[in-house]
Amino acid sequence: MARVVVDVMLKPEILDPEGRAIQGALTRLGLDGVSDVRQGKRFEIALDGEVSEERAETLNRLAAELLANPVIEDYRLRVEEGQ
Amino acid sequence: MTSSVGVITFPGSLDDSDSRRALSAAGMSAIPLWHGSDSLADVDAVLVPGGFSYGDYLRCGAIARFAPLMTEVIAAAGRGMPVIGICNGFQILCESHLLPGALTRNESLHYICRDQWLRVENNRTAWTADYDSEQEILIPVKHGEGRYVANDHTLDELEDDGRVVVRYIGGNPNGSFRDIAGICNDSGNVVGLMPHPEHAIDPLTGAPGVDGQGFFTSVVKALVGSGSAR
Repeated sequence: MARVVVDVMLKPEILDPEGRAIQGALTRLGLDGVSDVRQGKRFEIALDGEVSEERAETLNRLAAELLANPVIEDYRLRVEEGQ
Repeated sequence: MTSSVGVITFPGSLDDSDSRRALSAAGMSAIPLWHGSDSLADVDAVLVPGGFSYGDYLRCGAIARFAPLMTEVIAAAGRGMPVIGICNGFQILCESHLLPGALTRNESLHYICRDQWLRVENNRTAWTADYDSEQEILIPVKHGEGRYVANDHTLDELEDDGRVVVRYIGGNPNGSFRDIAGICNDSGNVVGLMPHPEHAIDPLTGAPGVDGQGFFTSVVKALVGSGSAR
């Protein structure tokens, strides 16, 4: 068993109006000094077997094609073996 | 022979029947196409309609892009077939990389539903040839994720090549870069826009008027002129 985690965030130059709304809420609810909030997505993929090189390649391709839209988002992929 | 335009229905499409109605009113045969099919059923053009395909899961249009029929649409668009994406259809065409850029959450975070003035800045596409250059038209917008974004290089290229097809005037509803409401690909056969021309084709129900008709009458002429680009 392996677990693959993919974090997807809007690129820094892309406005995140949801993050901005959350920033406003945090401040309203008593947190001082919130200078920025960015909201992202996290995917946890459970895989049977190991993450071979070929599978890692497929994962990276699909992270860029499906899980993230590289026009507006960056992604980070990491493998957590033996969960 | 009457030209035929296929209108794709995905799970969650909303405006497919209004789009078929608009195409029929313009004198075309409107053919319903199912997203899971792998055949374009010999249509001469394709309309990707508005709605919430696959519930907008992941990102708007991100899953619809991989529907079996979209593979055929992408290939046909490459051969020059006229393709238009309206609202969710525009999002799907961007996700498919048939058009550059992406549509993101409205700057205001509000879902916008209103009549919107647009300026037709490119009337040389298969879908806009019936409009005058710089013609101002009033058609509805209704979306929560219609903010057009792209990097500066892409935006400059779109501007320089005259590929901004329609631009918001009298107020930008969603924070789109450079007030962009719709764009086309290099050859002008693929057009995407957020506003809904199919909701402005009937004096009775097209709330603001009939300014949307031109998109549908344009493609009739494009198809007759080319003898179909199948």
